[in-house]
Amino acid sequence: MSRAVDDLTYRRPVSIWWWTRKRSYFVFVMRELSSIFIAWLVLYLLLFVRAVGQGRTAYDDFLDAAASPWLVAINVVAFAFVLLHTATWFLLTPQAMVVRLRGRRVPGLVIIGSQYVGLAVVSAFIAWLVLR
Amino acid sequence: MSSLRIPRPRPALTSKRRIEPLVWLAFSAGGVTAALFMPVLAFLFALAFPLGWIDPPDHDHLAAVVGHPVTFLVLFGMFVLMLVHAAHRFRYTLYDGLQVKHQGLVAVLCYGAAAAGAFAAFHLLGGAT
Repeated sequence: MSRAVDDLTYRRPVSIWWWTRKRSYFVFVMRELSSIFIAWLVLYLLLFVRAVGQGRTAYDDFLDAAASPWLVAINVVAFAFVLLHTATWFLLTPQAMVVRLRGRRVPGLVIIGSQYVGLAVVSAFIAWLVLR
Repeated sequence: MSSLRIPRPRPALTSKRRIEPLVWLAFSAGGVTAALFMPVLAFLFALAFPLGWIDPPDHDHLAAVVGHPVTFLVLFGMFVLMLVHAAHRFRYTLYDGLQVKHQGLVAVLCYGAAAAGAFAAFHLLGGAT
């Protein structure tokens, strides 16, 4: 109640579609929406692990189910959002933290580049672990 | 004059402020984990293996990898961090994007879903090892 008395500034109501008006706003909201797909993929991977634990038949059935058009469509969209998350996260890291090496500030491009090296190493390791 | 009294901070508010930095820390850790690990995991397990782009690994090999205690620990830690990350980010999407007004309720629902997911992860991963 006291807030209504103290705060007399007029605020123009903002439409909930504000983010469709500008490309950068749109990318921002898409980036934020990647959270839904990260959560979905965690759930999907959990079910995958469960199927592996249940045995060969359950594993084969899960792979068949995962090839159904609906799941493929969802996972294609989810994968695109994951890539958006990775690219935007790497881009923002130099702004979120300052890295110093021997007293010198490491340039943003170097931080971004080294994260892609990290991505390559992690991806190669997991592919090796799963496929060997 | 009596109207100039400085209100005492409410206990709920102060405890929330103590937790907030920890949530941001988990958000960042989950964001890094998702950025580094999710592309390859999603590509292999959600697209390449089901669609036959790459021959899916032999069941015995995958069961051995999944059954290893280190795999359990790593996967559980990664999944929980990514769930907290997603919950935290989605919470702010609801505040800013959709301008949802019930902020307390939104926070409880988002982190509650992450906690339920962590519980499910513990049981599903534990059952497979």
